[in-house]
Order: sequence, then structure tokens, then C-alpha cells
Amino acid sequence: MIEVEDVYFTYPNGVEALKGISLKIEDGEFVAIMGQNGAGKTTLVKHFNGLLKPTRGRVLIDGVDTRHVSVAMLSRKVGFVFQNPDHQLFSETVEDEVSFALKNFGFPEKVILERVEWALNLLDLKEYQKTSPFMLSGGERKRVALASVLAWDPKILILDEPTIGQDSYQKERLRQFIIQMNQQGKTVIIVTHDIEFVAECEPRVILMANGRIIADGEAKQVLTDTELINKSSLVLPEITQVFVRLNDFGFPRNVISVYEAKRLILEKLFGGIGR
Amino acid sequence: MSMFDGLKFRNVSSPIHRIDPRAKFIYVCVLFVISVLFSQIIPLLTIFLIQIPLIIAAKVRREWLRLIRGSSFFAIIIFIMNIISLYFYGGQQQSLESIIEYSLAMTLRFIVLVESFSIFFLTTSPDMLGLSLEQMGVPYEFCFAFTTAIRFVPVLAEEAQTIIDAQRARGLELEKGNFMKRIRNYIPVLVPLIVNAIRRSLEMAEAMESRAWGASKKRTNIYTLKMHRGDYAFILISMVMLAVSIYARLFIKIPSIIQILQD
Repeated sequence: MIEVEDVYFTYPNGVEALKGISLKIEDGEFVAIMGQNGAGKTTLVKHFNGLLKPTRGRVLIDGVDTRHVSVAMLSRKVGFVFQNPDHQLFSETVEDEVSFALKNFGFPEKVILERVEWALNLLDLKEYQKTSPFMLSGGERKRVALASVLAWDPKILILDEPTIGQDSYQKERLRQFIIQMNQQGKTVIIVTHDIEFVAECEPRVILMANGRIIADGEAKQVLTDTELINKSSLVLPEITQVFVRLNDFGFPRNVISVYEAKRLILEKLFGGIGR
Repeated sequence: MSMFDGLKFRNVSSPIHRIDPRAKFIYVCVLFVISVLFSQIIPLLTIFLIQIPLIIAAKVRREWLRLIRGSSFFAIIIFIMNIISLYFYGGQQQSLESIIEYSLAMTLRFIVLVESFSIFFLTTSPDMLGLSLEQMGVPYEFCFAFTTAIRFVPVLAEEAQTIIDAQRARGLELEKGNFMKRIRNYIPVLVPLIVNAIRRSLEMAEAMESRAWGASKKRTNIYTLKMHRGDYAFILISMVMLAVSIYARLFIKIPSIIQILQD
């Protein structure tokens, strides 16, 4: 469980990035943190594995104050996948890359082999086992970065901008993957601008603006609130935009799922006969 | 990183900022020569104090103080090294007082050099520096490489911090282990940093070529540097300082602090 209690954070250069954040994320939740550039999203999640420590207030991971333990200790529980895989890939082979963290955490040799095998299979990277990560495509590098974090099986998984630079096929695979992880009981936190992606996932949505949380609730409520969405410089999901305009014909406004939209329209047209 | 802020251009408006970079460059060279000429405390302390009004006029006091604080570590090392080497390998029987005084003077020399360099870099924008190099006849390719290198320092510093964060999130502990292990700990940081720098430079080369870099042999600039009366005055002052110093070095016997105290 992640508990954030009235956290303020100021960068050394004087920028106040977080201004009184309080929030609680239970085990097994799926959360999307959204907001414009500079809203403080990444700053907030960097507090979850102790990379940043609050200037005021405190962050508790399973009841442990992040100020009292090392980043390495926290990372065992909280896996953080950075936005740009090029900021972490350095090994000669994909295999070495994935085992890097496992060696840091002191897993025994036998377990490392098993975990690497498992993570590579999970992300469909087995064929690149002996390839240099620098030879892979952007999407593949992103998957290697993800595998290198998943390998130690952290309880909480944070993904910073996971959809940037991914084609729609990769995005769909990523979505299924995230949902699968979440169903296996992992807490999944994604930081993103990609409202369509979030609309498809339907997680709990936390909306941030200027270092504060301005909304926290179900995707269906938050993502269809025109005022809130405008306030955080986002654009309503396309299907919601359609339904906002169809409102005059007696359609509800709060629709984010394409399948629900289809059902509603067919019901209206054929009086519930069609499917 | 905060120490290097003292060598980074601060864009404020001040009389010192407006001085022609070439004039300031001459000033730095003069100060360099003066501080090497003398090895006594009194003249070094004098030029240290003379420069303080310049720093106040340039409105960069805070950055400068931070740099001095940051360089105090090196200053202490220089002081200790001087004492050790003079005490054990100095040869003739020198008194401890004179050894300490000489070491202090050497430390002061270092601080004066840092001080004058920081005045130069804090008040001269990399663009102006490149421009003045160009007008002194340095080929444009070299000027461009020089200004780009300076401009990319903060970008690289920021990137290094992100990489360190990403690797710490994967359990890397930079401060762990013995000396050799600590050096090896930096490999996961250095490899992505260098790879990204190379990749970025290639991308930049392509971007520049697509904007017709080097298409015409003869380049013209929007701005041309022109020396004003104030700049000439500044050069003149620097030259007078140099002349006085050389005279003092050759013809005046500079007393040491110990001698003054004994009188």
C-alpha cells in the first residue's frame, strides 16, 4: 500500500513541483496519473521508490517511511520503468541487461537464470537473448527495459509514459499485459498523457495540475468531465466527444468505452433489438 | 553540480556583461600572468580584492560565492600538498612559518585564477564567445564546435541525473563497495550517457545538414562585435595592471607577512 501524506516537494533550483499531495493507493489497484507537462506527475511517482524524498510530509510504502530506507531497498517492492529505455540500457546482451537488477539485489545464480528466462518469454524477447540491446528497434528496447524491471517481480509496477513511440499494435499488447499484471495482484501505476489509452484501460484516474491533485476517481467520471479535462490541458476521449454532442438526442455524456457506445447507439436505433 | 554554476553564463544585464568578450579575454590573460608572476601573499591578496568590485558590478555574487565554496576543497588539497612537499623535500632548512606562508600564497594563486575565470565565464555568453573567436579569424567549424560543446554541458548533466535515477531504480548503489568497485559502479551510467551523446551528435549533424549547414563558404553574422571606448579603457586598465606588476616584480622587494610582523 502506498500512502502519501500532505507531501510538498521543491527542487534544488527552487521550483515547487508538489504542493500538498495526499493520496492512498491500495494493493492490487490500477491507477493512471494524468495531467499536463510540468504538473508534477513524474515528480510524484519518483517519491514512490525513494528517488526523491519529500521536502515536507511523508510517503509510506507498506507502512515504511521512504526517508528511512535506501532506493535499492524500496525498489525491491516498487519497480519503476523509465520513459526512455536509452537511459538505462548498457549491457552487451539483452540477457545481461535483464539480469543486471537481479545481481544488484543479490539473487542466487540459479534463480537469476530462471527469472531472466521467465521475463524474456513474458515479453516475447527470447529470440534476442544474445543480441545487443542497442541493435533492437525502439519498441523492442522499451520491452527490454520493462523485462529488466519485471524480472525481480516487484509488487508495485510504475510505468512512466509507457505508450510514447509505440504503434497501435504494441499499445494493445501493452494494455493486455498491464491488465494481466494487475489481475495477478500487482499494483500498477501508469503516468501518461495518452487519454485514449487510459479510456480503454478504465483504471482509477488521478488528475494533476500545478503540483496538486484536481480529481481522483473512476475513469468514467474523470475522463468525461469537460471542465476538469480542459483544466489539465487534455482533450476528451474521441468517443466521449461524440457522446457530448449526441447529448441532445438523449444519450448519456459519460461514455468512454467504444463497446458501450455501440450498444447504446444500437439500442436507441433499434429499441434494444440489435446486438 | 552547484559548483559548476559558477562557470556557467548568467544572463543578467550589467556593465561587465556588456564589455567586449575580447577585452575580457585580455583581462583574464593579464590576471593569469600576474598571478603566476608573484608568489607572495600581499600582491596576490591585492589582485584578489581588486576583482571583488567587478563581481559585485556584474551582479553574480551568489554564483561566484558558490564556486569559491566549491573550489575550497581543491584549495585545501593544494595547501596541504604544498606544505608536505616543502617540509619533506624542500631542501634548505626553511622555517615552518615561511613554508606556511608560501603554501598560503600558492592557494591564493589558485583562488585568484578561479576568480578571474569565473568572472569571464559568468559574464560572457557562449554565443558572444564563439562570435569573438570567429572575428579573431578562427575557422567557423571550430567556433561552432566550441559553442555547441559549452551549450550541451547542462543538457548532459541533466541526462546523467536521469540515467542515475533509472539505474538506482534497478538496484544500483553507486556508493557501495571498495574503490575499484565504486569506479565500476559507474559503467551502467557512463555507457548510456556516451551512447546517447553520440546518437544525439549524429542526429544533430543530420538536422544541421538539412538546414544547409556549410552551404556557402562565406558566412555573415547578424551581429558583429565592435569595440567601444569602454572596451578600450578596460584593455588599457588591464595593460597598466600588467605593466605595474612587471615593474613591481622586477624592481620592488616585496616583504613577506612574517617580516612585517617581526618589524
